Amino acid sequence: MAVPLNENMWDPDTLERKPSRDGFGKGLVALGEKNPDVYVLCCDLTDSTRASWFKEKFPERFIQVGVAEQNMAGIAAGMALEGKIPFIASYAVFSPGRNWDQLRVSVCYSNANVKIAGCHAGISVGPDGATHQALEDIAIARVLPRMTVLVPSDWLEAQKATIACGEMNGPAYFRFGRENVNTITVEDTPFRVGKAETFYDGSDVTIVANGLMVYESLMAAKQLEKENISARVINLHTVKPIDREALEKAARETGGIVVAEEHQVQAGTGSAVAEVVSETYPVPMRYVGMPDRFGESGQPKELLQKFGMTASQIALKATDVLKLKK
Amino acid sequence: MGAKALTRDIKQLKLVANAVRQSIIRSLAEAKSGHSAGSLGFADVFTALYFGIAKHDPRNPDWADRDRIVLSHGHVVPVRYAAMAEAGYFPKEELMTLRKLNTRLHGHPHNEALPGLESSAGPLGQGVSIAVGMALTAKLDQKNHFVYLLTSDGESNEGQVWEAYMFAAKNKLDHLIAILDRNYIQIDGNTENVMPLEPLAEKFRAFNMHVLEMDGNDMKQVMDALEKARKLKGKPTMIIANTIPGKGVSFMEKNYLWHGKAPNPEEAEKALAELNAEKTRLENEG
Repeated sequence: MAVPLNENMWDPDTLERKPSRDGFGKGLVALGEKNPDVYVLCCDLTDSTRASWFKEKFPERFIQVGVAEQNMAGIAAGMALEGKIPFIASYAVFSPGRNWDQLRVSVCYSNANVKIAGCHAGISVGPDGATHQALEDIAIARVLPRMTVLVPSDWLEAQKATIACGEMNGPAYFRFGRENVNTITVEDTPFRVGKAETFYDGSDVTIVANGLMVYESLMAAKQLEKENISARVINLHTVKPIDREALEKAARETGGIVVAEEHQVQAGTGSAVAEVVSETYPVPMRYVGMPDRFGESGQPKELLQKFGMTASQIALKATDVLKLKK
Repeated sequence: MGAKALTRDIKQLKLVANAVRQSIIRSLAEAKSGHSAGSLGFADVFTALYFGIAKHDPRNPDWADRDRIVLSHGHVVPVRYAAMAEAGYFPKEELMTLRKLNTRLHGHPHNEALPGLESSAGPLGQGVSIAVGMALTAKLDQKNHFVYLLTSDGESNEGQVWEAYMFAAKNKLDHLIAILDRNYIQIDGNTENVMPLEPLAEKFRAFNMHVLEMDGNDMKQVMDALEKARKLKGKPTMIIANTIPGKGVSFMEKNYLWHGKAPNPEEAEKALAELNAEKTRLENEG
């Protein structure tokens, strides 16, 4: 059964549009109010990551590290080993992009309770170009033992993810986008780390998505309906630990899967899903994401269009999968 | 429970350092791999910390008010294991499990494997930031314990250490006391050929740190510098410990080839004979 969502979600013009980083900012403030051990560290990107919202409220618990992501990860590890709950905020290309070795040894191997917030993730960063478009972060985060990996779909889910991260023990990476996205979840939409949620019921094919591709997948499901194809949409906001049960069930019940993500196709969410499906109940699969190349400058919409991360591409791949079904 | 009793008796500390060196040789020879030179060279500093300076309790390694001892250049961890065993953290026989399957004494330290290690280390530079993060936490929580950071000259090739020192100075972390093993060797040769560090003391001064220099193999100087460092205020302190790599074993001293090598059984026997002779000499000293 599909979970409660914004009842106006099929009418995009009525939806509130906000970047998911806003949810991070709000979530941090909520956590800060609840727990005096929560600290936020930032690398000279305080406003754009929304760490500034925490800083305004709790200046004594905000730590400016300067442009030094490796040092930020290490300082956070030292604080976590002393019992604090540090959140480190930067752009995903820099953290986990630039401090991966520190995340591997100082954080994950040492089991330091550090939370890594990767903002401006995905191609939808837009005009800044390829250097700033994190399309590899899910891959390099999920490969680390002990690392939880979360990819929320809108600002409200990002807020829930931030709070969930602060309340769980252990290293966690969560990524956000810069661009305004449609708010499709509501307060009552359940969010539990490790639990995939069905956002739309369907029986012919399953679309697994996260981040802003969840909305595109819902639109794809609507398009497919016109062709009498019933597509299930699963929000896989937790890439790790992955919900094996939901994925196996989807494979069994629908017989084909498309995975859509704002990330390189290789080694990201799609690969994570394939690892489960190939082991539990192999079915035809197709992937929507960046096809093993770097991005470029452009408006978010133009880039998503150019690289095929859209509802119509997802629908097309779903029909491909249907042709392969036995 | 209570802090380990410390001593200022230089002769006694020298004898402990001798025992630590013997343990290093035995454990490395048994492991058949590991880093001899840096471990031996830093034996006096580790001895001074665990037996003369640091507030700690081997029976209660997680004691909240302990001084933190953070080893960043993790490859010299045999000296730390030897000093910890000597101090009573675990039985000395366990040193013979170094680097072996199912050991708690990994080739590079893992904080979860053995109580009292504080942090994991291996990739150079990381422990400096971790120590700074611990010192920052102590300051935020208005605690008085010290964080002793053990680092090396070769490690200072890493950019991360300079990021961390800048941060420590910015935050006036005067309970951070770094001790840098200045032994002039790294894997590929002399530090000044691989990547020159001089003028090193001036670099640290320019980074807004107190800088002390000492002969890191002279126990009196080591104790004096460590005691002085605790009284310095307003900035983090860097103690440059000039040491002889391989100190105490004539054929290893000042030879960079011993950076990443363990002694074979004959070499170990020879090394232990030299160290035993030194022990006898120390015992007979006035």
